[in-house]
Amino acid sequence: MKRKSYYARKIKRAAHLLFYKRHKKPGVKGWELKKRLGSDYPKVLNILDNYLEKLDLKIKTVFEGEKPAEKPTLEELSKARFYITLRGGLKPKETKLCGWRIDDIAGLAMSISYIISKKGRAPREEVEDLLRNKLPGWRVNINMNRYIRSAYLAEDENKQLYLDWRTRAEVDQNVLVDLLLGAEG
Amino acid sequence: MSSRKRRKKLGGERLQRIIDLCRSVEERGLDPFIVNVDDVIAVVQEYFPEWELPKEFCLDAEAIHQLASVIKLQSDWVRHRSTSLYTDPFLLEDKIRRASKEELANIFLRAWSPIVELEQISPHSLAEAIKYWQGLLPLSERWLKTGSLKTEAGTATREELIHQRILAETVFSEELEMFWEELKQRVGGEGKIPYWDFVGAETYPETLRRAYMVSFLVTYGYATLEIHRLEEEMFLKPFKKPKSLLGKEQLVSVPVSVSVEEWRRWREGERD
Repeated sequence: MKRKSYYARKIKRAAHLLFYKRHKKPGVKGWELKKRLGSDYPKVLNILDNYLEKLDLKIKTVFEGEKPAEKPTLEELSKARFYITLRGGLKPKETKLCGWRIDDIAGLAMSISYIISKKGRAPREEVEDLLRNKLPGWRVNINMNRYIRSAYLAEDENKQLYLDWRTRAEVDQNVLVDLLLGAEG
Repeated sequence: MSSRKRRKKLGGERLQRIIDLCRSVEERGLDPFIVNVDDVIAVVQEYFPEWELPKEFCLDAEAIHQLASVIKLQSDWVRHRSTSLYTDPFLLEDKIRRASKEELANIFLRAWSPIVELEQISPHSLAEAIKYWQGLLPLSERWLKTGSLKTEAGTATREELIHQRILAETVFSEELEMFWEELKQRVGGEGKIPYWDFVGAETYPETLRRAYMVSFLVTYGYATLEIHRLEEEMFLKPFKKPKSLLGKEQLVSVPVSVSVEEWRRWREGERD
């Protein structure tokens, strides 16, 4: 019984930490969770993740470098960032709830997949040219700035675009590319 | 020109061409496989016995360095090709161009799991905020406090300024030098002294002043800190001459707590 209440308390605390934005970026680093929840935080997160499944949510771990091939070490976990994301996808009608129009999402999909195909880096001009095929010219710059502001894309001083932290946290890049290649269009 | 000199000149030119080629591959994003690594290594090897001057060795090292960058680009390219993310960019671009906006958006929604993030004020933080607001003076009053006071202009002697703590009795740099001398005298044969044995004084304010001075001694390169983390011991080691480590070494900040409790503990330890 004691053990149960111990974990119930930890799960509540973990949910507060993960749901509420405490820093500029959402999510919590592994070391921070360890500090707040104790060294058994991976177990606490596991239990919370099981709860969240019923709500179609999940705890997503984004590692600093590439995702480890085997079970991540404690050090890798401590440097990783943990987020709560949707478990399944959004329905097209639901996207309005996130404040995105279908045009915005299509443009974002195109920009991300194009950058992936160019080994993670593409000139902004090239991406904007592609966007102009489907979006009115005046919207292209606005949309591109929005993707950058929301941290889906990052731009360096040479006007090269990269995938930023939000894309790494929210988008399953393998699935996106597979779906695009399998599309009939 | 002797044949040796001619050969050296030719070797230098060839190395420079290699450097330029490698640089352009890296900077302009060209295909890294246009550089034939074996050929480049053969050239570097061929001319290496000719080099005598530091300038020539530097050119040789630069060529190797640039070649290493190109090999890294080649390795990245192979790694990317071997990952599941590799797709023919032309094929993908074609798919993107041909897909409709709706199709693209629907595909993306199947691969997208947006982060759930909340920002919400709680009753507790609201109560705290109201308490703060009630205690906050109106701007007109706050500005009045920080406004400058009109005073008659007059003269003050150096002694008066020292008394009012506007001027120090000794120039700071002189005081620092004196402190450094004291440290040098107090370290034993080992050339170091435990931090608290040097900083600790009869009174807590004096201890604080000494800790403050020590921080400058270390920052300005008059002394260094030797930290034994496992034993939780810290020693001060004076240098014979001040060393400027700025820009030469990675400097680190070491927070040292000089609290009243620690000072008391040290004092008790001294008495024992």
